[in-house]
Order: sequence, then structure tokens, then C-alpha cells
Amino acid sequence: MKGFWHDAAEFFPILMNGVALTIVVTIGSLLLSTVLGLVWAMMRVSGIKALSMLSASLINVIRGIPIIVLLFYLYFVMPDLGVTLSALQAAILGLGIAYSAYQAENFRAGIEAIDKGQIEAAQSIGMGWWLTMRRVVLPQAVRIVLPPYGNVMIMMLKDSSQASTITVAELALQGKLIASSTFKNTSVFTLVALMYLTMSIPLILLVRHFEKRAGKR
Amino acid sequence: MIELNDVHKSFGKVEVLKGITASVEKGEVVCIIGPSGSGKSTILRCINGLESYDRGEISVEGLKVDRDAPSIVNIRTQVSMVFQRFNLFPHRTALENVVEGPLFVKKEPRAQVLERGRALLAQVGLAEKADAHPPQLSGGQQQRVAIARALAMQPKAILFDEPTSALDPELVGDVLGVMRKLADDGMTMVVVTHEMGFARDVADRVLFIDGGVIVEQGPAKSVLNQPQHARTQDFLRRVLHPL
Repeated sequence: MKGFWHDAAEFFPILMNGVALTIVVTIGSLLLSTVLGLVWAMMRVSGIKALSMLSASLINVIRGIPIIVLLFYLYFVMPDLGVTLSALQAAILGLGIAYSAYQAENFRAGIEAIDKGQIEAAQSIGMGWWLTMRRVVLPQAVRIVLPPYGNVMIMMLKDSSQASTITVAELALQGKLIASSTFKNTSVFTLVALMYLTMSIPLILLVRHFEKRAGKR
Repeated sequence: MIELNDVHKSFGKVEVLKGITASVEKGEVVCIIGPSGSGKSTILRCINGLESYDRGEISVEGLKVDRDAPSIVNIRTQVSMVFQRFNLFPHRTALENVVEGPLFVKKEPRAQVLERGRALLAQVGLAEKADAHPPQLSGGQQQRVAIARALAMQPKAILFDEPTSALDPELVGDVLGVMRKLADDGMTMVVVTHEMGFARDVADRVLFIDGGVIVEQGPAKSVLNQPQHARTQDFLRRVLHPL
């Protein structure tokens, strides 16, 4: 135990560099997946057949490819096509695209849960599609969507570790590098696990808060 | 003001409107009565384009109702609707519900709209509920807010789709009272209803619809007191004397 604390004090600063990158990857891909997911979901509920079908097939293609393969593709294959991305860019792009499929399905479920009478009431006062979405549907859908959105945040935090496979020196990769050079596997990976857990706990509490609030209405 | 000419409408293979021809004049109160599934609500929903129709023509003040044309927004801002299940926006207060259309669709000045909104809530007897959210209101109060929301658009006509059918019996009177006052003030109203007393006392004309056609129409008192057609007589007997 004493050894652990000693190692922890020594490795903590290096691992914190990893934490910083983990947070950058998580937030970056969270934002990207939210925007893309919203776009897919809007296309899906637009009532325009071509858009809705395009979105449905995109979602299925994205869902059918493992995140790690998507990352390899962006980082190792794209340069052959003339597009070179930094490891960090590829990680954010890959995770963002991969998760946009789940975000889209979550958003769509929330939008479709809104009572049809709400949309008719909006139309009956002359609102068009976009105004109906903005003023009537989305504000109500947010309440429904937030708890699963929180869960996606937790999953993304953990899945950001997959960025290590394309050399992004986030928390998991930093841990692996220290472990392989010091052979202190137990100390290092225990510390890494604790650091992920520490970041997850506030998110878990946030989800609980969302769930309580959604249950109120 | 509202004209329907040989309007047909099918849901899949079921033809619910089989050639409806009718008109509503300015300032007139027309009640549409008839059994469930006769197509009463569908007529209302076609008038403001919530539903499309297959054949014939509907026009409002000479403007053809086509739910896929941009002009539908124009028609909807002139013909408001009150729904059976209120359909208030639950995430907004009573006052916000009332001012939503004028502020965001008609883009009228905020201060003026808010003032009118409060006056309308007072008119339906809910001045003190301006800041309440719909779930905190009774059904009758919600429906009166919905009527204020319809009025806030300063419409030329209001369509009522069974406005009291979802209410507890003791709350029906408040809503009908507000509607009666509107009629007295000269509002053009088309009301789908099962409230025969309201139809007799308030309506200028009654249309009896059954099986997607207008079976009988005429001045409210004559249709309701001396129905000519056997189907009208049968319907009224069953509504007025259910036992």
C-alpha cells in the first residue's frame, strides 16, 4: 500500500496530462456527436422521404462499424486519400461520428414522444415546421432526452480511451506507457481506473438529477 | 366566409367525407352534430389544413385551403382552432400560451401582445392564472386558456372541435359560457359538439352529419325541435333520451 501511494505521487502529474487529453477528446466528440445527431434526427423526422431514408441508412452504416475501425480508417486510410488528420482530430472526428448514431436515435425517440396534439396546436396558430420544432417540440423533448444523454456522456468518457489506439496520449495510453517502462502495472492501472472513476462520478450524479427532474412532470 | 364545395376525403379505403357542400357566413355560429365517426371533426380539420382533402374545394374568404401551399399559414392565422384535448403547451405558462402565436408567428410588438394576452385571460375569467402552467389548471381552465390562445390571433373565425367532451360535467358550463359570450359578440364559429342545449340556444344553424354526408341542415331550432329526416330523429332521440 505504501508503495502504491509512493508510485501514485510520482505518476500522478504525468497521468494528469493524459486526463487533460481525455477531457478534450470527450468534450470535442460530445459536441460533434450532439450536432451531427441532431442533424440526423431532424432529417429523420422531417417528413421528407429522401432525407429520412438517407439519415436512416447513415445511422445504420455508422452503427455497424466498430469505433476502433472507424478511428483506424480516419487516421491511417484518409492520408492515402489526401486528407491528413492529426491523431487528436481523427479521434474527435471518429468518436463524434460513431456516437452521432446513438445520439440521433435518442433525439428521435424524444421528438416522437411528443403528443401529436402539440404539433397540431402549433400548426393551428400558423407555425411552420421549424418554428414548431424550436418553440414546441424540442423544449419538451429535451426533458425526455436528457437522462439517456447523460448516459452517453459517461460512455463517451470511457470510450475516449479508444483514441489510444491511434496514438492520442490520453489517460489510458499514458498509463500504458508508464506501466511498460516501469513494470509497475498494479499501481499504474489502479490509479488510471480510479481517475476514470473520479471523472465518471459527477456525470453519474448528473444523470440521477436529470432522471429525477424528468420524472417530476 | 368559409365555403366547402363537394369535399371528399378518404383515410385509406374508408371514405369519411362523401361530398360535403356547406358555407359559413361572417358572424354566424354553426354547430355540426352527428354520431361518432361521421366525419364531423374531419370537416373542421380540413378547413384549417390540419388534414388534406382529396376532391372538391374549401376556401376561406376566397382563398383556397391547400395545406401544402405557403398560403396555409395565412389561413391558419385567420381561422383559429380549439381542440377537444386542449393541447396547451405544457412547458409554457397560461399567458405564454396565449401570446405565443402573436409574438412568434405574427411578430407583433411584445408589450402590446402581453397586454392583450392578459386582457384575454381576464375575459375568460382566468386573470389570476396568467403565470400558472397548464398541468396546474383544471380541464375547464385549460380549455378557457385555449380559447384565449385562439382569440389572441385575432381570428376571423374559430373552429371548436368537441371543446367540452374531455371535461368533467361540472366544468362544461364555464367553457360553454365563454363560447356563448363570443357568439354574442359576433364571432364566426364552427362548433362540433354533443351539447344539444348549446346548439339550440346559441347556434344560428345546425348541420347534422352521418356517414360522411350532410343529412339535414337548417336553423338550429327547427333541426333540433322538428327534425325532418329519420336518421336525425333517431340520433336526437338517442342523444337526448339515452335511457
